[in-house]
Amino acid sequence: MQVPDVFEYERASSVDDAIALLEKHGDEARLIAGGHSLLPMMKLRLAVPEVLIDINDLEGLDHIRIDGDEIAIGAMVRHAALLESALLAEHYPIFADAERVIADPLVRNRGTIGGSFCQGDPAEDLASVGTALRGSAVIRSSAGERTVPIREFHQGPYETAVGDAEMLVELRFPIRTHIGSAYAKVERRVGDWAVAAAGAFVQLDGDQIADVGIGLTAVGADGFTCPEAEDLLRGGPATPERFADAAQLCHDLCAPVTDQRGPEDYKRHLARELTRRVLHRATARARGEES
Amino acid sequence: MQVTMTVNGDEVTRDVEPRMLLVHFIRDELGLTGTHWGCDTSNCGTCTLWVDGEAVKSCTVLAAMAGGRDVHTVEGVAQNGELDAVQQGFLEEHGLQCGFCTPGMIMTAKWLLERDPDPDEGTIREAISGNLCRCTGYENIVRAVRWAAEHPAGADEEVSA
Ligand SMILES: Cc1cc2nc3c(=O)[nH]c(=O)nc-3n(C[C@H](O)[C@H](O)[C@H](O)COP(=O)(O)OP(=O)(O)OC[C@H]3O[C@@H](n4cnc5c(N)ncnc54)[C@H](O)[C@@H]3O)c2cc1C
Ligand code: FES
Ligand code: FES
Repeated sequence: MQVPDVFEYERASSVDDAIALLEKHGDEARLIAGGHSLLPMMKLRLAVPEVLIDINDLEGLDHIRIDGDEIAIGAMVRHAALLESALLAEHYPIFADAERVIADPLVRNRGTIGGSFCQGDPAEDLASVGTALRGSAVIRSSAGERTVPIREFHQGPYETAVGDAEMLVELRFPIRTHIGSAYAKVERRVGDWAVAAAGAFVQLDGDQIADVGIGLTAVGADGFTCPEAEDLLRGGPATPERFADAAQLCHDLCAPVTDQRGPEDYKRHLARELTRRVLHRATARARGEES
Repeated sequence: MQVTMTVNGDEVTRDVEPRMLLVHFIRDELGLTGTHWGCDTSNCGTCTLWVDGEAVKSCTVLAAMAGGRDVHTVEGVAQNGELDAVQQGFLEEHGLQCGFCTPGMIMTAKWLLERDPDPDEGTIREAISGNLCRCTGYENIVRAVRWAAEHPAGADEEVSA
């Protein structure tokens, strides 16, 4: 039987209350959202917090809405809501592509976008979605709010920009026109973490790529991405040859490790092949050729 | 700590450790052993029950987190001794063998049908993809859920049909 070590349980009533509780209990305290990453780690005693602060009662963190020229997503939005969002389907089908292959419907009923980002697992699918889209994260402390680019949010495996007495409250993604986006993942069995995965958005100006973003999951890519491949594509025509060249750069520059999910060379192969596929699909979507 | 929640319509209060998982609260504190406990790692789905109307894996929820919430387990599915449509479907279509996965399957299937009363086979397979069955090969489970979709009034309808 797997049981976490003992801890004290507190339930926060508001964001300010959660932050006050974090300040009161210091660095031995942790927030718990869906608990679907934290509780498994606590059962294995990989995490041994002394105080858990439950943030499931917090209001005003479950929105998916347009706010100015961005889409704002509250930290407590569950995977299931991301999968079903018509707003995200319209602007960023990459979310539904990714959510369809994250865990299973029961886990998706519980896990949150905030927890996914804060967990900082190198195999977290939403981390590379957010990286591809170059979104930003809104972090709150008792001193106020600050906004961090998602590309600076993940600072290493299981390390994020969120400090001890801080809380992630919102993720924001710029609304872009003439764009398509897509995500593709290879998993050993349904619902498993990625062997490797890739996501991309492509913004077209006629036949030219005006802008592009690439996210790479579970292949040891620095910052979940490959800026060299993005730079290669930006400003040139959207052709299969150039997609292949960019995908080759992802293959060459990522740094996967051999583990129980697969050998290093296979993961590199997947980084290339999946990048190629998502660039194609994102472009087809930008052209309105594919839904 | 004191935890109070509603389980199958009844309010219950127990004094438990904060680290107690909801599955153990339901089984050991309340004696509702219909909710099964298998992998412990949020993979098998046999511990599935509803918290505030959502089907979740209760081995990965703290009892404390369910405090103040509305929990439904497989024991609350039959009404007045009558099996509901999903349970009847499992009976009609031989949707179980050893029965270990069945409570989780039923709670997930009911959650699906609440949201989508007429799911096709693919939708059913996707919905139960977090519930593992080592016996049936899933074919009869899918048929059982289809049976329930086609007979929303359960056995009553079968008799009058
Ligand atoms: C069986 C299984 C399969 C899975 N498969 C996949 C998969 O294929 N792909 C994938 O990407 N994920 C997968 N996951 C993980 C799933 O997406 C989790 O739900 C998610 O990683 C964490 O979300 P959570 O809300 O449960 O976070 P929690 O477990 O509650 O928290 C995770 C961490 O984030 C911190 N935290 C949470 N919210 C905040 C906040 N607002 N501000 C600051 N810190 C916060 C917590 O303190 C904790 O350290 C799987 C999980 C399970 C159990
Ligand atoms: S015991 Fe909960 S998913 Fe297996
Ligand atoms: S009937 Fe035996 S595990 Fe499903």
